[in-house]
Amino acid sequence: MSDLNRLTIAAARDGLRKGDFTSLELTEACLSAIEGAGALNAFVHNTPERARQMAAAADSRIAGGEAPAMCGIPLGIKDLFCTKDVLSQAASRILDGFLPQYESTVTQNLWDAGAVMLGKLSMDEFAMGSSNESACYGPAVNPWKVDDRQLTPGGSSGGSAAAVAADLCLAATGTDTGGSIRQPAAFTGTVGLKPTYGRVSRWGVIAFASSLDQAGPMTKSVRDAAIMLGAMASVDPRDSTSAERAVPDYEVALTGDIRGKRIGIPREYRMEGMSEEIDALWHQAAEMLRDAGAEVVDISLPHTKYALPAYYVIAPAEASSNLARYDGVRYGRRAKLGAGDGVVEMYEKTRAEGFGPEVQRRVMIGTYVLSAGFYDAYYNRARKVRALIKRDFDQAYAEGIDAILTPATPSAAFGLGEMAGKDPVEMYLNDVFTVTVNLAGLPGISVPVGLDRQGLPLGMQLIGRPWDEGNLLNLAQALESAAGFTAKPSRWW
Amino acid sequence: MAITEDEARKVAHLARIAVKDADLPALAQELNGILHFMEQLNEVDVEGVEPMTGVEPMRLKRRQDIVTDGEMQELILKNAPDAREGFFAVPKVVE
Repeated sequence: MSDLNRLTIAAARDGLRKGDFTSLELTEACLSAIEGAGALNAFVHNTPERARQMAAAADSRIAGGEAPAMCGIPLGIKDLFCTKDVLSQAASRILDGFLPQYESTVTQNLWDAGAVMLGKLSMDEFAMGSSNESACYGPAVNPWKVDDRQLTPGGSSGGSAAAVAADLCLAATGTDTGGSIRQPAAFTGTVGLKPTYGRVSRWGVIAFASSLDQAGPMTKSVRDAAIMLGAMASVDPRDSTSAERAVPDYEVALTGDIRGKRIGIPREYRMEGMSEEIDALWHQAAEMLRDAGAEVVDISLPHTKYALPAYYVIAPAEASSNLARYDGVRYGRRAKLGAGDGVVEMYEKTRAEGFGPEVQRRVMIGTYVLSAGFYDAYYNRARKVRALIKRDFDQAYAEGIDAILTPATPSAAFGLGEMAGKDPVEMYLNDVFTVTVNLAGLPGISVPVGLDRQGLPLGMQLIGRPWDEGNLLNLAQALESAAGFTAKPSRWW
Repeated sequence: MAITEDEARKVAHLARIAVKDADLPALAQELNGILHFMEQLNEVDVEGVEPMTGVEPMRLKRRQDIVTDGEMQELILKNAPDAREGFFAVPKVVE
């Protein structure tokens, strides 16, 4: 059977259970697709032998009956997840050659469910970026292409998004600190879900900003996101912020019935200079939900404007502290030292050559805002503003709003290299619709809804109540069916 | 608030990142651009607002103060750029 790599998780699960094909066949289809997609630069560490072994084990388990939904499903794993004895370097030179001696909780949960690892996926260095251009492997490339330009798949989970959109795997893991799952999903016509903070364990996921980081699924459909979230999520004693809440069956929440749900449209998200196309699509998406029986109401989230500056204080502050561990002593790279160099020179040279420019910039900004004399002016003020941003959402939900509809990104995918030499703040603006959700710890999902005039995908974001991924996914699926987005990038690679 | 070249040097040193003197003016300018962007936060009235520490109003988990893990020296040293005789090795710290 050909083209097995194009299947969704749900279709592959059903086919595997019926015996239409084996996980080994499915895995081989993905491995060939990966081999033919070098131009996309999405997979950066391939594990074909491990994949075949895992697929064979999954086939025996399926033959024995009672295999979980993810059994035999080939996945790509973002380079941020520690995978035992497989290179895991957060796309950074400073982690050259790092072979974790343990497995992250999320990937362990997936392997326990029988999923198959195809390899590791590119990303922005330490998940800091919106274009995948800060990866030490060079950027992953968006499979969508409308002219001579090569486009970014977004970031930081750009390799994951490119691999899913190009059918190199059935789905991939991503992580999202300010939009790093949802923005790349929107740029590639795929689905990306950031769960509620604490729903998915952070243990073994290389840390960027610990109060914001959350892993989630990147998939070809909303149903697949529901299936995969169920396998990724767990209560984990090894993550002190992992919530003590049982993981529900998210797939059964997909009833298709959204009648009576109240959808908020926040007026502050109608940004100055927003493209007409995105504005028009936003209206259409609201109409689609209304036609499906939801009630659409205008709401206000007054502190929205301050989310980006608050985020760019808090995230670098946490990063400067998390990234202090890369000092050339315990793992990764150590700079060559000159005669007479002591331990401080070792730290400074190692970090100067190991971290790329954006990571260095954020570590230094974080160091500055946490330094004596500026802590209150920047860091504490940002945390107070964060409390107000969360309060905006709390109030909307207290007034009976079930979910909030916004665009996922301010534009479609841009060209690789187009942001080079621009002010770093311009790149940060990519996160304008997504960072609020991380600051408030809420679940958010990006769903492909249409193509722009050039023929590039655009996504809409739905933001849910805390711990309400089930309802959020149900609403997202209603939007997905109404939009009927079926476009795929045509193969040029 | 504006960052001078001297302050940029100080921040780089606090962050333990070597920056060449020639690169300090550009670094100071970049940091100033970002800090300028953050200054919008001064428009917000935060009087009486508690700084947010976590998204869930939950007490951090407690556990028994007992050893739960360990005895894996070899695994821990496996990725070290320089490990000798069961220890991480670094350049001489004390003359």
